[in-house]
Amino acid sequence: MTPLFLSSGLFLGWSLGANDTANIFGTAVATRMVRFSVAATIASVFVILGGVLGGAGAAETLGVLGSVNALAGAFTVAFSAAVIITWMTRLGLPVSTSQAIVGAIIGWNIFTGSPTDTNILSVIVSSWVFSVLLAAFFSLVIFKISKFFLDRAKVHILRIDHYNRLLLIAVGAFGAYSLGANNIANVMGVFIPVQIFSDSTYFGFLTITGTQKLFFLGGLAISAGVFTYAHRVISTVGSEIYKLTPITALIVVFSHSLVLFLFSSQWVEYQLISLGLPSIPLVPVSSSQVIVGGIIGISLAKVGGRGINLRVLGKIALGWVATPAIALVFSLVSLFIVQNVFEQNVAQQERYELNPAVLARMQVAQLPAGHLERLSGQRYHGSEDFRQQLLAVHPWKERELFQIFLYAKIDLIQITNERLQSLAAARHFSPSEQEALKKLSGRVFTHRWQFEEALAQASPLWALKEDTKKNKPWNEQLLKKREKAFAIFARTFWE
Amino acid sequence: MVEFLKRKKRLEDKIDEYLDTVEKGADIFKNGISCYFAEGVEKLDLCLAAISLLEGKADDLRRGIETDLYTQTLIPESRGDVLGIIESTDHVMNLMEETLQKFSVERPEISGELHPLYTDLGNITSSAVACMVQAGRSYFRDLTGVRDNINKVIFYEKEADRLADKVKRLIFCSSLKLCEKIHMRNFAVHIEGISDEAENVCDRLAIATIKRYL
Repeated sequence: MTPLFLSSGLFLGWSLGANDTANIFGTAVATRMVRFSVAATIASVFVILGGVLGGAGAAETLGVLGSVNALAGAFTVAFSAAVIITWMTRLGLPVSTSQAIVGAIIGWNIFTGSPTDTNILSVIVSSWVFSVLLAAFFSLVIFKISKFFLDRAKVHILRIDHYNRLLLIAVGAFGAYSLGANNIANVMGVFIPVQIFSDSTYFGFLTITGTQKLFFLGGLAISAGVFTYAHRVISTVGSEIYKLTPITALIVVFSHSLVLFLFSSQWVEYQLISLGLPSIPLVPVSSSQVIVGGIIGISLAKVGGRGINLRVLGKIALGWVATPAIALVFSLVSLFIVQNVFEQNVAQQERYELNPAVLARMQVAQLPAGHLERLSGQRYHGSEDFRQQLLAVHPWKERELFQIFLYAKIDLIQITNERLQSLAAARHFSPSEQEALKKLSGRVFTHRWQFEEALAQASPLWALKEDTKKNKPWNEQLLKKREKAFAIFARTFWE
Repeated sequence: MVEFLKRKKRLEDKIDEYLDTVEKGADIFKNGISCYFAEGVEKLDLCLAAISLLEGKADDLRRGIETDLYTQTLIPESRGDVLGIIESTDHVMNLMEETLQKFSVERPEISGELHPLYTDLGNITSSAVACMVQAGRSYFRDLTGVRDNINKVIFYEKEADRLADKVKRLIFCSSLKLCEKIHMRNFAVHIEGISDEAENVCDRLAIATIKRYL
């Protein structure tokens, strides 16, 4: 059944490979500067590398937006996004995989009653706008610098052509890596919480996580799209970018790659933070819209923006709203059909409990827990039921609901000796971190936050630092470790 | 990769050699005209032989450049412009050879007082062609230099027009037979036509340069 459920994600990957590699290698191939087979091979290798090595950051953000916890649900979400992309592409409307998948995930949240983290949502949506503006800025600046040097260097046209070819390949590889790192979350991100693959350690030191295996599979699907259909997209559908000269196309592709890289690289994020600069959120953005942003930058640099087709800009802006909205509605309808007609479980029933400990924790988080006093001591099955109970006592904001769900969710976490002994071999944690875990031996927690607080008390190595920019890298790394520890010790109720 | 760079270097050299050949042709053309009036048709025939050789060499180089550009799929966005510029430049070379050949074959009897004017016309036309070649060189390496050279060509072309007009007026004010007048006029038109063609090449260059500007 799993391969069938994965098929929608694989189709998304195929579609991404078929369409978005045209943005990266379109000019090089269409002008015969690079053979298609060379371009396709480079694109495939680097997309997979990008996905496996750098795809985690953007995937985490998408995971926070909505943690689709059942395979049939993940399939339906990816399927909805895939259908919307295919349908809108056939209608000639601008469509982005990132926007479609975000809409579909929110559809799942609404269908299951799970709260949506509005903070993350606003970060994601503003990133879509910011990515286009950033690409325009980059291409404008790179264009000005290139022009300054090329006007003075007096290089022969043939030599420029030669360097341009080499750079198109290099930038194309970088672009493919960035595309894989940034967009793999769109393709396979919804399947991460389902944990289809487990972690494996090879030769005693090389650990491949389940997520990396999933991303590798997604990368293969993207490669299949590149080899089977990208050539047709490059040669028949055409794109605005082909109208540029190879040098300006190179600048646009480079700006595009840079933007996608910035929106997916944790390393860059930490570097920016360490320099005291504002960091860039790790969010999947639209490759095609970023390319258009780059072209706008060139137009601004060359002719002060005259000739920019405002209709194209209008279509992009419309896409920011229309694509997620349509995907959301379609996802809702599809989830309903899959659950009620095909009788598939699209969401695991989560359990929630409001007890004095949970209410006290909420007060620490400055939530008005007083409204929940009369719900205290009760357990709820399913997100929808819990949401309705909560809304019956107070008109909570979505962000507040998100936090209440976070604290009230019941997880069974057992620190058993058997699992503690397996830690050393798995090499996920340092010896000191393992020592701290061992201090909790034999304890059972019913809420994840309780487990994390106990860990923090056991050792400062497990404690989050103050939420400042400087501490962000530490905190992000720690959250990943906590996630890993949770995955090791958490039990499902039937275990 | 190294071989690819070498091939490009060879093509760069070919283009430079082609432009050198046209520039040399312009010098020989100038000498040919002045020799015709100063030393007679025998000296002009020597110049004609030299320019014919150069014209043949230019043709070979042009074909080589065109073949290389296409077979190596080089400069895809500018290939059409480059080929157009090279071919129209070749046309200028052909016109210079044809004009000297006409002098050699038709041996026009030109009044003595007009000799300096014809010689000047030849010099100005040769200068127009030389500047056209410089504009062509700039197109390949230094776009900022194209405009300066094009302006010079435009200047020389206007000068050639003015001088040719003066020659024609003087011819038709004389008491020569009409057939002689027409014959003399035709040679002024032939020489003047070369600078016109050089200006046409520059018009192409101007457009191609705008397209190449980042």
